[in-house]
Amino acid sequence: MKNNKKTVIVPIGPYHPLLEEPEFFALYCDGEKIVDVEWQAGYNHRGIEKLSESKHWDQVTFLVERICGICSTSHPFAYCNTIENLIGMTIPERAKYIRSIIGELERIHSHLLWMGLAGHFLGYNTVFMWAWKYREPVLDLFEIISGNRNHYAMFKIGGVRRNIENEDIPKIRKMLAEIKGQLEMLIGAVLDDPVLTARLKNVGVLTKQDIKNFGSVGPVARASGVDVDVRRDEPYAAYPLVEWSVITAKNGDVLDKAVVRLSECLEAVKIITQCLDAIEGKAGEIGEEVRRVPEGEGIGRHEAPRGECFHYIRSDGANSPVRHKIRAPSYTNVPTFKASCIGQTISDVAIILAGVDPCYCCTERVAVYDAGKKKKLYDFQHLVELSKQKTERIRKEI
Amino acid sequence: MKIFYILLYFVAALLSFSIYGMLAMWVDRKVTARIHFRVGPPWYQNFVDFIKLTGKEVLIPEKANVLMFVSAPVLGVIAAAVAGTTILLVLQNNISFAADAILVIYLLTIPSLAVILGGSASGNVLASVGISREMKLLLGYELPFVCALIIAAVKSGSTTSLGEIIQFQQQNGKLIGSLSGVIGFGLGVLALQGKIGFVPFDLAEAEGELAGGSFIEYSGILLGLYKLTKAILLVVGPLFLISLYMGGINFSSVAGVIAGLLKYFVILVIFILIKNTNPRLRIDQALKLFWGWLTLFGIIGILLALAGW
Repeated sequence: MKNNKKTVIVPIGPYHPLLEEPEFFALYCDGEKIVDVEWQAGYNHRGIEKLSESKHWDQVTFLVERICGICSTSHPFAYCNTIENLIGMTIPERAKYIRSIIGELERIHSHLLWMGLAGHFLGYNTVFMWAWKYREPVLDLFEIISGNRNHYAMFKIGGVRRNIENEDIPKIRKMLAEIKGQLEMLIGAVLDDPVLTARLKNVGVLTKQDIKNFGSVGPVARASGVDVDVRRDEPYAAYPLVEWSVITAKNGDVLDKAVVRLSECLEAVKIITQCLDAIEGKAGEIGEEVRRVPEGEGIGRHEAPRGECFHYIRSDGANSPVRHKIRAPSYTNVPTFKASCIGQTISDVAIILAGVDPCYCCTERVAVYDAGKKKKLYDFQHLVELSKQKTERIRKEI
Repeated sequence: MKIFYILLYFVAALLSFSIYGMLAMWVDRKVTARIHFRVGPPWYQNFVDFIKLTGKEVLIPEKANVLMFVSAPVLGVIAAAVAGTTILLVLQNNISFAADAILVIYLLTIPSLAVILGGSASGNVLASVGISREMKLLLGYELPFVCALIIAAVKSGSTTSLGEIIQFQQQNGKLIGSLSGVIGFGLGVLALQGKIGFVPFDLAEAEGELAGGSFIEYSGILLGLYKLTKAILLVVGPLFLISLYMGGINFSSVAGVIAGLLKYFVILVIFILIKNTNPRLRIDQALKLFWGWLTLFGIIGILLALAGW
């Protein structure tokens, strides 16, 4: 975008209260109105995909868990699905249920975290503090189940690493019932607030077409009425074994995103309760031993709190991946700002950018810097070109 | 010699406003914390914060207009304290003159102007967005605020002298007891919420959007002075409303002072509750609220006051 005289660049980032992670948005403003937005990523790049090639199969489970601090189980979930897809194995029933329980608990805590942050960005600190207070028992539940409040290390190839003990289940149920009550209270308080509605209604609208153009996934897509959910569309773990429904909304504004997320929390409670019913009082294996990962390719997906998380693995039969490709949901969700932010005011852009629940550390792909000149060598367009060239090359080789 | 006494009185008022203001800020922080399920800071936290800020380095941006950048926060504090002193003189010593309520309204505008001056002097983009909002907001809340004054003035027999308004209330009962009085009081509370810069009208600061907005380049004692201005306004604003609508404060007896404190706390609690049950408004929504509904209520209030309600 050419910087003409009337527009002013308002920087959001790289360090800004709006972003929990370092990220840079340049808002080209005419007064308070946004004319254009530019996004610069690359502050969080850690080279996980490359690192993964130097770890053996079991270690990668823990490595990918560290991609994201909020939805830390999404990546191991998708990764284990990938390897199991590669091997062509199924996991024991009990492990399936436990996986779903962990996945859904994470959804509750992640959505509550978003709700809190959204409140904070709107200057509504009461919602911030309340949502995070009600998120706390979820973390306690994680501690009961896995021993950790975050980075639960529950997943392993072929099953789960820890059992949910039958004697713990009544306690988990009780806490879950409390969480459900608090969730309903919070949802009522948030969605009935007239001022909050005035701030969020018809703000940052993404139409169905926008979602298709950007390939957005997860609650962002579902809020616009695009009915996609990996849990239903491509069943894995215990999701086909329990009753639940995919939540969608129509308008695609930030309010609808909040509605979808909060309703999903209740849906998650429903799934967890059924999973607990299924495993309570029964004994069973929680994992199958995997001795060798054969040569081949595998893909795995998981509906993370932010949308579809995709992993691709190529193995040559040795003990570490040859290629590990990860696509996090924010990768397709964040660029929707091009459709939703332009024409809005700065106040709205803050909540629109936060509205897709971006997770930049998941998304960071590559950054090429000249250390001496401290200059970026490749920008987004260059990288797109490079990747196109590479695809062409591979196509020719095949 | 008289000048000297007046100066002395002013300094004493400034000091006491600062102390009361910081205590009021503490009440705000503590109550807010309790609403948030937090513990909240100890009572001396704001004093410690201020002392800490005085010890910090003052960074002046390269692009800044130094004189304006430094003088703006000082101007804000002095204006807020002078406004407070004017009210205090009426309440304590019954020294009042014609139209001093209008003087107070003028003086209470200056802290907002100081924010605008300081922000524009800093040369920061985010600050410039902040000051543009502050300017619009200032234009917005002044209208209902003036309506609040007019209602009180009309009710107490067409006078804009604070002393006479209080005297009228002593003889005929508090203005808040009437319908137009309630409207005026409500308008005053909301306008002051905007003046002090509390949520839902903290647009100029807007931490989540502008990272501090107008104050973004301020540090050290200068930032401390802005905080102090806010603290003083938190005392002076309610004091003005108490004088206009709640019959003032009787400083001559202990019971009167306690009653005055109670009145003050009622207003403070209303501020805190509004602050904690609302998200930040957008600037167009804030203007619509102030110029639309609130001004309409103001006009209705004035008509009711004229009709004697």
